[in-house]
Amino acid sequence: MSTLSPSVPALRSEFGPSVERHLVSSGQTIVYVSRDRSHDVLAWLRDTPGQEFNYLTDVTAVEYRDPERPLEVVYQLRSLGRKANLRVKVALDKRGPLEVRSVYDLWRGADWLEREVYDMFGITFVGHPDLRRILMWETYAEGYPLRKDFPLRGHFSRAEQTRQALAANPEAHYSLEELSIADAYGELPKEMQERLAKGERGFLK
Amino acid sequence: MGLSNPAAGHDDTTTVSAISPNWVTTRLDFLTNWARSNSLWPMPFGTACCAIEFMATAASRFDLARFGMERMSFSPRQADVLICAGRLPFKLAPVIRRIWDQMPQPKWSISMGACASSGGIFDNYSMVQGIDTIIPVDVYVPGCPPRPEGLMYGILLLQKKIKGETFTDDSLRVEKLVGPSGLFLPAERVDELSEPFGNSISQTRSS
Amino acid sequence: MTLRTVEMALATPGVDAAGYPTRVPLGVAPENGGYREDLGAEHMLVNIGPQHPATHGVLRLVLELEGETVKRCIPHIGYLHSGFEKLGEYRQYNQIIPLTDRTDYLSPMANNVAFALAVEQLMGLELTERCKVLRVIACEMSRIISHLVWLGTTGIDLGAYTPFLWSFQERERIYNLQEAWTGARLTTSVTRVGGLMADVPDGWEAGLREFTNTFPKTLQEIDTMFTRNAIWIGRTQGVGALTAEEAINLSLSGPMIRASGVDYDVRKDQPYLDYDSYDFDVPIGEYGDIYDRYRVRLEEMAQSNRILEQALVRLGRLKGAPINVSDPRVVLPPKSRAMSDMEAMIFHFKQVMEGVKPPAGEAYVGVENPKGELGTYLVSDGTSKPVRWRIRPPSFINLASLPTMCEGALLADVIAINASVDIVMGEVDR
Repeated sequence: MSTLSPSVPALRSEFGPSVERHLVSSGQTIVYVSRDRSHDVLAWLRDTPGQEFNYLTDVTAVEYRDPERPLEVVYQLRSLGRKANLRVKVALDKRGPLEVRSVYDLWRGADWLEREVYDMFGITFVGHPDLRRILMWETYAEGYPLRKDFPLRGHFSRAEQTRQALAANPEAHYSLEELSIADAYGELPKEMQERLAKGERGFLK
Repeated sequence: MGLSNPAAGHDDTTTVSAISPNWVTTRLDFLTNWARSNSLWPMPFGTACCAIEFMATAASRFDLARFGMERMSFSPRQADVLICAGRLPFKLAPVIRRIWDQMPQPKWSISMGACASSGGIFDNYSMVQGIDTIIPVDVYVPGCPPRPEGLMYGILLLQKKIKGETFTDDSLRVEKLVGPSGLFLPAERVDELSEPFGNSISQTRSS
Repeated sequence: MTLRTVEMALATPGVDAAGYPTRVPLGVAPENGGYREDLGAEHMLVNIGPQHPATHGVLRLVLELEGETVKRCIPHIGYLHSGFEKLGEYRQYNQIIPLTDRTDYLSPMANNVAFALAVEQLMGLELTERCKVLRVIACEMSRIISHLVWLGTTGIDLGAYTPFLWSFQERERIYNLQEAWTGARLTTSVTRVGGLMADVPDGWEAGLREFTNTFPKTLQEIDTMFTRNAIWIGRTQGVGALTAEEAINLSLSGPMIRASGVDYDVRKDQPYLDYDSYDFDVPIGEYGDIYDRYRVRLEEMAQSNRILEQALVRLGRLKGAPINVSDPRVVLPPKSRAMSDMEAMIFHFKQVMEGVKPPAGEAYVGVENPKGELGTYLVSDGTSKPVRWRIRPPSFINLASLPTMCEGALLADVIAINASVDIVMGEVDR
């Protein structure tokens, strides 16, 4: 059953070649847009009367087992008023830079969702106010876990992973945002101030 | 080895009016171990699903209060037994190590659940394969999650272990610290935990 | 209506016709920019967690405090990251079902249902009637036990210990039913692709009926303890409020967004499992503060009870009906046929060795979990293991709103607000 969302012809007439292709899978509409205009497309979908996709359900990414296929950033949108869904995808060629514009300014809910995609896939969201790792620790050195070239048990040996984990000093584990609190800096212990001055931010020397 | 009251003699009727039990004899070990095992204040290091079963064990149906353990000590400084209930990712490993180091002797630990004992179903990049690679463990309680009765059996086993201790043995109260290599267990012991299962990026194989 | 000692002089100007306290309008902030000035306020950086009794799991909050007032709040998560999504790529679809128990471990059956629905959408399967009714029962039982935990732990955070014991006692009754049905109290794995792991045993419906008959009394006790309690009102009204626009923009879901006045319930807006044929109401709040979230969740438990009663009636009518789809590529054929019929044996072999194989494609299915909208996004390439299994975690997204709610609040309010978000770290971190 093909239940193509009416947003697709509207998008095509508005953005033309930036809408690369569309398909229907399991009764749900998916639209592929080009990377350079992804933010414009999403802003148009949110603000245009008749579209009104005011609810960002999810931001995630997919990497396929076939190494030739590009990475895809997936936006799951919902219009609460019209009770309609749409999936917008941006394909990122693996040979090029893995970056796409952040939609934090459109939906604040994208804040942590984009951080997680960065953490798990290494895709940079340009314009995100605070893009750092969220699930793994900030100086995690093994890579981006959900990539297909990342083995299930990680790149390092178990002993090395345990050693790195034990070497972390949980109290010194403040983010740059927290350390920018100028007033509180004076109250940090002297040893911590010295280490911060030397540029240490996480636990790996 | 229990308490004996010399004033009672061999008469079975020991009513207070008949005799005056002002003094008893016992071994100091018995008294110390009895006191320690029956008032273990747990440090509930609850992370995941096992923590919910731990809470259910502490609630009214399976009542931990009858073992003297209802006073949950969330400060490690006042705790006797660390109960690691739930899976332990690598990000949390230094935290549990620090909590363990902050606990004063005498202290014991219970590894509750499959994930705390061996990594459980999570044999992947982010999970510690058993907290005994980070801290010393006294009792392992298997299960996913263990039934409250299972956890209570583990607690009773710990009590039995404590009752078998002697407080003149200093080796029992030695702090087992993280070694100079940065590891608690030797590296070969930690590596062999995941060795049989390999480390594949090929996702069409079984693991 | 006589007031007992607990319902003392209210912190609010009286009660309305229904007996609920009238609300002080929000926005009555002190003149100095909304902050309550402390005497001799000290500027501090305080770390809460990750091991802390009141953080509801391994959550780390770094607070910048001006005396007792929070200037900034930065949550750190990831302390329970278990690599579920990576692990799912190495498991067949039916092998992923036990993994789903452990993400939101307070409502495991609802997660099982959510995942199975996504696979069935991918495969285009139509469930049997009895399966749908049993799955609705599973979801609503999960809603009740999840809200009971929320209630108990929030009570403890705000200083009320007794309702914790009451709610855990009620949970034990549901656990008995879950154990009788699936064999496990917590990690149920009740669904399979195309159906369920097993039908409910004889006498199970009587147990559930007894629960639905007596549960409203516990709700009444909790209501008496909290709803008009001056301490509870003082600590929860006006605290951690979010407007409807903020809630939508932050992608909140579940009781968090409904307490802010937005009428979004996946069961009503995108019905699944025939929810549109059940008769139930969805409570909507008004002010979006902790008190409204409490009222929404309490009422949701009462509505879940109502749905359970209706589902029980339907279950009685469907006695002996099949619970699994009769598609041999998805569900194992009966053993007698597998031993005698060649085709059935081949189907059995393929399913056991290779697993269920959906066609190539993708599907996103959102269900109304107790915490919010739990979405499962599956991408399949035709093999028996998914290319991508994405859990759209309601607690993760709801928790991201914590800094917005905490700024300007007091330190004690931070604990209350954190409790009201109703997070489960297994789902936040996956």
